[in-house]
Amino acid sequence: MTTTASTAGSPFEYAPAPESRAVVDIASSYGLFVDGEFTPASDSGSFKTVNPATEEVLAEVAEATEEDVDRAVRAARRAQEKVWGPMPGRERAKYLFRIARLLAERSREFAVLETLDNGKPIRESRDVDVPTAAAHFFYYAGWADKLEHAGYGPDPRPHGVAAQVIPWNFPLLMLAWKIAPALATGNTVVLKPAETTPLTALLFADLLRQAELPPGVVNIVTGARATGSALVNHPDVDKIAFTGSTAVGKRIAKEIAGTRKHATLELGGKAANIVFDDAPVDQAIEGIVNGIFFNQGQVCCAGSRLLVQETIAEELVERLKARLGTLRVGDPMDKNTDVGAINSPQQLARITELADAGTAEGATRWSPDCELPSSGYWFAPTLFTGVSAAHRIAREEIFGPVLSVLTFRTPAEAVAKANNIPYGLSAGIWTEKGSRILWMADQLRAGVVWSNTFNRFDPTSPFGGYKESGYGREGGRHGLAPYLIEGSTY
Amino acid sequence: MARTTKALTTTRTAPERLGVRKTYKLYVGGKFPRSESGRTYEVTDAKGRFLANVAQGSRKDAREAVVAARAAQSTWACATAYNRGQVLYRVAEMLEGRREQFVAEVAAGEGLPVRQAELAVSEAIDRWVWYAGWTDKVAQVAGSANPVAGPYFNLSSPEPTGVVVVLAPQRSSLLGLVSTIVPPLVTGNSVIVVASEQRPIPAVTLSEVLATSDVPGGVVNVLTGFTKELAPPLASHLDVNAIDLAGAVGAEGVTWGEVEAAAADSVKRVLRPAPGRRGEDAEPDWTEAPRPQRILAFTETKTVWHPKGV
Repeated sequence: MTTTASTAGSPFEYAPAPESRAVVDIASSYGLFVDGEFTPASDSGSFKTVNPATEEVLAEVAEATEEDVDRAVRAARRAQEKVWGPMPGRERAKYLFRIARLLAERSREFAVLETLDNGKPIRESRDVDVPTAAAHFFYYAGWADKLEHAGYGPDPRPHGVAAQVIPWNFPLLMLAWKIAPALATGNTVVLKPAETTPLTALLFADLLRQAELPPGVVNIVTGARATGSALVNHPDVDKIAFTGSTAVGKRIAKEIAGTRKHATLELGGKAANIVFDDAPVDQAIEGIVNGIFFNQGQVCCAGSRLLVQETIAEELVERLKARLGTLRVGDPMDKNTDVGAINSPQQLARITELADAGTAEGATRWSPDCELPSSGYWFAPTLFTGVSAAHRIAREEIFGPVLSVLTFRTPAEAVAKANNIPYGLSAGIWTEKGSRILWMADQLRAGVVWSNTFNRFDPTSPFGGYKESGYGREGGRHGLAPYLIEGSTY
Repeated sequence: MARTTKALTTTRTAPERLGVRKTYKLYVGGKFPRSESGRTYEVTDAKGRFLANVAQGSRKDAREAVVAARAAQSTWACATAYNRGQVLYRVAEMLEGRREQFVAEVAAGEGLPVRQAELAVSEAIDRWVWYAGWTDKVAQVAGSANPVAGPYFNLSSPEPTGVVVVLAPQRSSLLGLVSTIVPPLVTGNSVIVVASEQRPIPAVTLSEVLATSDVPGGVVNVLTGFTKELAPPLASHLDVNAIDLAGAVGAEGVTWGEVEAAAADSVKRVLRPAPGRRGEDAEPDWTEAPRPQRILAFTETKTVWHPKGV
C-alpha cells in the first residue's frame, strides 16, 4: 500500500512495517465528559468519526447541545470557584506533572489512536505529537506554583472558565497547548475537539480519571460548529482560546466584541520558506519537505510558499523533485510512511479545488508518480512552479501537501514577497550568512521565524501570529499571559 | 448703572491689543492640513464660552492619516531603541516649554481650577518621560531566551504591531491623551489619534509640539472631529493593525463594542476600555500609576530559531 515512484516494484521496496492497533481499545460509542463523568448528549444526538485512511467508522460520538455546553460551563465554574482556583499552586502543579507522566506512560496508545482518527503517519504521532504534548504538560506544571515570578505582578489571577476550541490537525497536541497553561494558571476548562478527531481528547478524559483530577476542572464537549458556537457564546465563559481558520477566528472576534471575554486566536498562515543562493542545499531540501509535507501540509505554519533566489531556482526545483520522488505516501500506520491521509473529504475537496485553481491560473503542476490507496482520502505531494504572487495558490491557505514555488532576486524583494499577504504566522530563511539571517528575521512580519530549520516546536518557545494569523502566544512564559487577568490585553 | 455696564462691555470687546487667534487644523504626515471636507465645529470651554472652530475631520482625512502613518512606521520602528528614547524624551522637554499654554487649555476645556490643571499637566509631562525610558527596556522585560529541548538558539522579542489608532479619552484632554498615545510609540508603532471630541485643544497644541520635535512626520497623526464619524472607518481599515478604544467611552453616538466588532474583520488588536471604577461608561482615573501592559498591547512577539552546531 505504501509506494513511491522510485522504489515501487524494485528489489529494494520496503517491507510493510505496520504498527499494531491492538494497543488501543476503541469503544463503539463515546459520551461527553462533563463534571468527571461520561454522559450522552441531552438529545441523544451523535456523529461518527472515521479513519480517513480507510473510511472505516471508528466510533459514534455524542454531539453536545447548547444545554450540554451549559452543563459543562456550570461544572467548570463550580470547580474553579470551589476546588481549582483556591488550590495552592504546588498542588495544581502535581496534578499537571501526573498528567504529563501518564501521557508518557500511555504514549503508544495515544499515538496509535491519533493516527487512526487523524490519518497522520504513526512516525509523526509517535515522535512529535504525543511526546510534545506530554512535554507541554510537564513544562506548564512547573509554572503553577511560580506564577508570582512570571512577570505579571505579585499575585496574578486566573480569568475563571476557559472555553477552548481546537482543530483536527494536531488533536492531542493542541489539547495540550490549550489545557496545560489554562490549568497551571488556575482556570478550569471546557474544551471542544474537532468533529473529525475527537478520540484522543476522549482518551485523555480517561487519563484524567487515572490522574484523579477533581471533577469539572476539565470538561470535554464533542460536536461540530454549533457546539463550538454555543461554547464561545456562553455568557459565563471568561476566556476563549481558539485554533482554527481565519474565517472562524474573525467570527469569534466579532461575537465577543463588547463583552469582557478575552480571546487568543491562532489562525491561518501562508508561510514563506526563503532559500538564498548560499543556502546549505541538502538541509534546505529537507527543511522544505518537512515544511510543507509534515502532517500532509495540514499545518497552519506550513512553509507553503517556497521563495527561491532566481540563480539557484532551477537546480533546487530539480533536486526537490528528486526528493519528493522518495516520499512514501500511504498507510499511516506503516512506520515507514512519510505522507499519510488527508483528514476528511471536505478538506480533500478544498485542497483539490485550490490545486485545480493553480493549474487554471497558469502555474505548472507536478507530482511524483505515486500510487494512492483506493479507499480513504488522499492527495499526492504536489509542487507548482511558475507561480505568481497574484495566484490563489500563492495567497490562500491550502492546508494540504501543495507547495507553490516563486522566485526572487534580492533580499529586499524576498521580504516584500514574503510579507505581502494578510497572514503572518511563520517564515523560514535558508542561508549560511548569519548577518543576513538576523536582518531577514527582523524584516519578516511573522510570529515564528525558523532559520536553517523549519517546523520546530517546543513548550518553552512562544508560538503565534502577526496580522490575520491571530493574536496571543502559546508556549513559554508568554503562553501564561492570556490566561491571567494581569497578563491579558485583548 | 446702564452706563457702567456699557463701559465694561466696551472694555471687553475693544482691548488695548486684539489677540491673534489660531486656526486649528489637523496634523497628518507632519503637515497641518484643514479637513478636506472644509468643515469645522465649535469648541467651547467648560462654561460654554467659545474657544475655537476646530477642523471636523472626515473619513477621507482618516484614510489619508492611515497612509501617512503606514509610510512613517518602518522608519520609526527601525530607529534604535536608544534613539526612540531620546526623541521621545525631547518631546517631554518641549512640553515643559509649553507648560503655561497647556495649563490654560486644560483648565478651560476641563473646567479645572488652575492648581488642578497644573497637576494634570505635570503628570502628563512626567508620564511622557516615564514612557520614553521604556524604549530600550521593554524587550528585556517582555522578551525571553527560550531553553528549547534541542540544539537551537531560541529568542523571543516584542516588535511593534504597526499602525495603531488611538481613540483618545474624552474627558482627560492632556493626561489621558498622553497616557494613550505614547505607549504604542515606545516600541515603534505609528499612531493616528482621534482627539477628544469636546476637548480637542490640548491635542492640537500637542501636534504643534510634535511638529517641532524630532518625531518624524507621520509617526503621530492628530485628527479632530466626531468620534462617531472617525472611529468606524478607522476600526475597519485594512491597513490599521490595532486600536485603543479608550475614547469610545463617553463619546456621543459610539459604543465600544460596535467599534470592536468593526475591528474583527481585519483581526485587529483591540485594547478595550478598562472597566471604570464607577461603572462601564466611566473613564478610568488617568492619574493612576501606568503599567507596561499598555505598551505590550501594541506589540507582537517574534520567536526566532537557529540551529547550533560546529
